[in-house]
Amino acid sequence: MNRLKTQFGEFCERGEACFIPFITVGYPDLETSCDLVLEFERRGAGVVELGVPFSDPIADGVVIQRASEASLKKGTTLVDVLDLVRNLRSKSSIPLVLLTYYNPVYKYGIRRFVENAVEAGVDGVIVPDLPPEEAGVLKREAEGRLNTIFLLAPTSTEERIRLIVQFSTGFVYYVSLTGITGIRERLASAILPHIEKIRRFTNLPIGVGFGISNPEQAAEVASFADGVIVGSAIVDLISKNEGDSELVHKVGEFASSLIAGMKQGVRKEEMNRA
Amino acid sequence: MEIPDRQGHFRVSEEEIPLGGRYVPETLMSALLELEENYLRIKDNQDFQGELSNYLSSYAGRPTPLYYAERLTAKLKGAKIYLKREDLCHTGAHKINNTLGQVLLAKKMGKSRIIAETGAGQHGVATATACAMFGLPCEIYMGEEDIDRQVLNVFRMRLLGAKVNPVSSGSKTLKDAINEALRDWVTNVCTTYYVIGSVVGPHPYPMMVRDFQAVIGRETRSQILELEGKPPDYLVACVGGGSNALGLFHPFYEDKMAFIGVEAAGLGIATGRHAASLLAGELGVLHGTLSYVLQDKDGQILTTHSISAGLDYPGVGPEHSFYKQTGRAEYVSVSDREALDAFKLLASCEGIIPALESAHAIAYVAKLAPTLEQDKIVIINLSGRGDKDVQVALKAIEEGHE
Repeated sequence: MNRLKTQFGEFCERGEACFIPFITVGYPDLETSCDLVLEFERRGAGVVELGVPFSDPIADGVVIQRASEASLKKGTTLVDVLDLVRNLRSKSSIPLVLLTYYNPVYKYGIRRFVENAVEAGVDGVIVPDLPPEEAGVLKREAEGRLNTIFLLAPTSTEERIRLIVQFSTGFVYYVSLTGITGIRERLASAILPHIEKIRRFTNLPIGVGFGISNPEQAAEVASFADGVIVGSAIVDLISKNEGDSELVHKVGEFASSLIAGMKQGVRKEEMNRA
Repeated sequence: MEIPDRQGHFRVSEEEIPLGGRYVPETLMSALLELEENYLRIKDNQDFQGELSNYLSSYAGRPTPLYYAERLTAKLKGAKIYLKREDLCHTGAHKINNTLGQVLLAKKMGKSRIIAETGAGQHGVATATACAMFGLPCEIYMGEEDIDRQVLNVFRMRLLGAKVNPVSSGSKTLKDAINEALRDWVTNVCTTYYVIGSVVGPHPYPMMVRDFQAVIGRETRSQILELEGKPPDYLVACVGGGSNALGLFHPFYEDKMAFIGVEAAGLGIATGRHAASLLAGELGVLHGTLSYVLQDKDGQILTTHSISAGLDYPGVGPEHSFYKQTGRAEYVSVSDREALDAFKLLASCEGIIPALESAHAIAYVAKLAPTLEQDKIVIINLSGRGDKDVQVALKAIEEGHE
């Protein structure tokens, strides 16, 4: 589970923000999911978020909803996702974080989920519909074995920030906007003050996600966050190139453009400081 | 006993993860806490309750009668049957009790926009009605499939000034309409109030909707004591999400009588084409609450079937799951066919066309009453009127005769 900590530590030492791409596992198929993770690693991503498809993804916009639906139609299950991780672990040591709604985990059995995830080589888990108030059992089972990454939102009060950073390990996930996942033309305003506020309560790395979809936006977020999470823009690109033999390469190119943007963003910030 | 606790939990044992709760994205947590705080403030506030009570009587037509169904009783040759006439409420069902309460609360909280989900359209109409009356803009999420099936209710909502937003994701029915309403709420949480239509969703909704519907049970208690001088032996109601049932049951929670919740068996539980979450589901988390859910082995939510759109939902309120696990209520099921027979029975025998939802409760009593002594009293919650269902019933009856 310390792969995640080590990775953020290394990025931090280099003065870089960590690029965290998201894909819906099984979309368009499991083999492509596997190839995409390896491609992201080659391109310099720091962590990959693997989305477990769910029938009722209430925090997701239409792009990820459709990917989730398509993946379920192909029969993708939580077991498949864990198998994918196990398979990847013979080829890759990039930190892998599962993003799953709570019901598939609850149904699978929380203890069994944690055991199998750890055994497969999963580094952390994000459950977008599980606030700390309901996460006692998962937290207890995961303690010291699996990172639990909780989400913070623009609407989180100071009291909630305190609670959530206490429950989080590995990093905390700041949802940059009041809304669902999706591509936005503009970044939400006032992300920076929120990040500064969160830093008053924790030394954990802060990953920022939701609505980040191009190199300029990634650059801006990279100038103050430790991780930049991009989901819908990647899944959208996958859907636009479904069936194309160049799909993995094209997504890789996009990842590279985001990473290049992020490096510039950090440099610009350093120049401003100087 | 006060249930649920402050976290919205219904706890059956210390070992198990409690029922209910708040399983929502962090963005909504502050809004739910704010809503709970505001709700607890008005819950025992005499001014608010007085104002609501005034609307319920002068606008919604309360109290509704408790009617002795003499001919039905004679026909079934058993227990004495009473009908709590929620079908006589404004807009034709018990839904208005909840929407008046919640929209009034929204107004007090200074919210400027109302959203709601609807399946068949009854809750959508009741919400649009309350919004028209209080002068608030209203948007209703409705699955595309339901929009096709319920053209008249869509027109009614629009007539009442609401905007109807079609939902094309997932199964394009109620479950997806709730998903979409939740997504809207996540996005517009600062200005918007989400009126949930049943005792489902994250805390405080199951508790709050139950409390707004509890007027049904409170009235029933005083009415039956006046009419019979004793409490009833059985309370029977249909259960989809379960708000009309809890509205009747909850005020009698500490009493001895039997609670019977009737779920939709659709084409038969064995066929898999049903909506009987309590009888055939397993514990799971859907729409923010832990309760019985119809799901597959991987925890994906299943699509459901019932002739009655109001019961066509894969989840159920957590308090019903609590009643099931503690044995406080018994849950049974009735098929489409049996519900349809009861629909005809009540129409011809009492001159009351029931909603197909409520017909499920009647169908069960048609089996239960003949097995009981004549001094027993059964009260059925006649949760809605059946005018909305005549087309569906006509089609089903015609197909049945072929």
